[in-house]
Amino acid sequence: MEFFLQLLVQGLSVGFLYALASLGFVMIFKSSSVLNFAHGDLLAIGAFIFLVFSVWLNLPIWLAFLLTLVGSFALGFIIERLFLRPLIGEALIQVIMLTVGLAAMFKGLMLFIFGGNIFNYPDFLPKNLSIQWGAIQIAPVYMASFIIGIIFLSIFGFFFKYSSQGIYMRSVADNQPAALSLGVHVRRVFALSWAIAALVCAISGIILGIMSGINVHNLSHMGLKVFPVVILGGLESIGGAIIGGLIIGILETFTGGYISTSLKEVVPYIVLVFILLVKPYGLFGLVEIERV
Amino acid sequence: MRKLKFHPCGNYKEKYKEELTIFTTDFGRLWLWIGFLLLFVAIPFISSNYTLYVINHIGIAAIAAIGLNLLIGFTGQISLGHGAFFGVGAYAAAILATTLGFPFWLSVICAGIITALVGTVFGLPSIRLKHLYLTIATLAGQFIIQYLLLNWESLTKGADGIFLPRATLFGTDIKGDRAFFYVVFVCFVILTWIAVNLIRTRYGRAFIAIRDNDRAAEGMGIPIFRYKLLSFAISSFYAGFAGGLAAYYIGSITPEPYTLLLSVEFIAMIIIGGLGNIPGSVFGAIFIMLLNELLSHATTFFMNLGTLTGVALQIAPLREFIYGLAIVLFIIFEPRGLAEVWRIIRSSFRLWPFSY
Repeated sequence: MEFFLQLLVQGLSVGFLYALASLGFVMIFKSSSVLNFAHGDLLAIGAFIFLVFSVWLNLPIWLAFLLTLVGSFALGFIIERLFLRPLIGEALIQVIMLTVGLAAMFKGLMLFIFGGNIFNYPDFLPKNLSIQWGAIQIAPVYMASFIIGIIFLSIFGFFFKYSSQGIYMRSVADNQPAALSLGVHVRRVFALSWAIAALVCAISGIILGIMSGINVHNLSHMGLKVFPVVILGGLESIGGAIIGGLIIGILETFTGGYISTSLKEVVPYIVLVFILLVKPYGLFGLVEIERV
Repeated sequence: MRKLKFHPCGNYKEKYKEELTIFTTDFGRLWLWIGFLLLFVAIPFISSNYTLYVINHIGIAAIAAIGLNLLIGFTGQISLGHGAFFGVGAYAAAILATTLGFPFWLSVICAGIITALVGTVFGLPSIRLKHLYLTIATLAGQFIIQYLLLNWESLTKGADGIFLPRATLFGTDIKGDRAFFYVVFVCFVILTWIAVNLIRTRYGRAFIAIRDNDRAAEGMGIPIFRYKLLSFAISSFYAGFAGGLAAYYIGSITPEPYTLLLSVEFIAMIIIGGLGNIPGSVFGAIFIMLLNELLSHATTFFMNLGTLTGVALQIAPLREFIYGLAIVLFIIFEPRGLAEVWRIIRSSFRLWPFSY
């Protein structure tokens, strides 16, 4: 029983990581219906920008965090401007291939600059955040990430629901020609959605970095783990991403605990194929009925 | 002998059959024979062993790239699992040759057929899914196959890999790069011929219809699901066949090379060469393989300079960066790839001095 509880808590925390990692992905998909294969690399870039500011330049943590947010926001703008803007109106296959290319590019560049080593952030989280609950202990990292996650989720929830830019973004996602004809600046919306997505990625990347160290390979692999999560939850749904993340995380740790550790890595993908066959639009996704 | 036909100075086609011809003039056919002569008579004898080794790898990669182009470029179904299918072919050939003692030609062909079956399994989600979701399904296929290659130890011998027997054909040993050159390129010519002609049959036209507009294709009475599966099967057959050849050529296989990076490499080949263009896939394969060789030469060059060994280790990851950059630049500036560049060069020669 204790083993079961231990696995459950571990699974929930891993799942929380996945949920966090998939937020930026859902954000981009919601506003521009682009499958972003460079997602993991955006996570890694965010984590490394924070590393540069906090460790190499030795800035205070809050300043480093702020600069990272600004930097990744700008990076999202630049990516959209340089690479995605020329492709507005092109076939979807081109855009997806472009993100595959971007992923390879970013990964190579980061390996070139930082190498394949594991880096760590300085220990800056207060110790009294940890919670002891019977035999189960929740580390301060998880508490901090939980708090940050809740704050940003509610900010973005309100942003999408009430701010005019958020409403523009939703309208573009819903029907691009209609939004254009009603005077929505679609190009600005795309730029903004990539910038926001890069920012969300940076936050998730930093939290992932605090939890498991910063390594190019791990973080960019995380970008691929996102796919089972968002497919399970439904591509358009942020709530679905969170629940999907938790389910995948639990499934993974239970497979690792009870069956075999090597199976752990592929179980999400096996689940993915199964979901695609049975319920392709996920738990909370938008069902598009098209009998073709 | 009939008179040689030249390019007319306008579009004078009167029958559909003329639209469908591969060679619009006899010059094309003439160039093809010159190309064959160069390929099979000149190249094997003027190139060194190392050059032949590179050329053989280009030929194998080109076969796989043509298969992927049939799927992505002609049917419009994106697959991220082609690298894994290549691996399935390599393993199928190796296992058939070592445990069942199949001869070379049979095990390579069977490798293609087995891979076609595996590819069909991963194409099954296409019954309900369209491009986005299908891409993700093939990504899952990539990881599942990679896992099986490494962990199904009773069949694949895990990380130890398998050593293949020497390839023999018609009782003669195929040893050395030159003998293999002929095997690879005869297969290459046959498979390219099949692919080029497949596109002109009703099957190929159905693929193109599905790519251009699947709803309209369904409306015209094309059973989409069956044709998508067929496209998956054919594309995987090419990958598996190439994988089998590669396994015999290298002589031993391990699960390491068949990763997502290999899939991305194949995709890079067909994007750089030109989507929906058979010669384009060959150009792409040449481009990527030469790039690979160039980069590994640069690495060893810096390695040997002594003081710059650090630089050499540093630039190794730049290979991935350059793939990515090549994909991105081609998509943005020349989405139709090297094949289009080649067409522009040719037509500017043809129209000189009145090119526009």
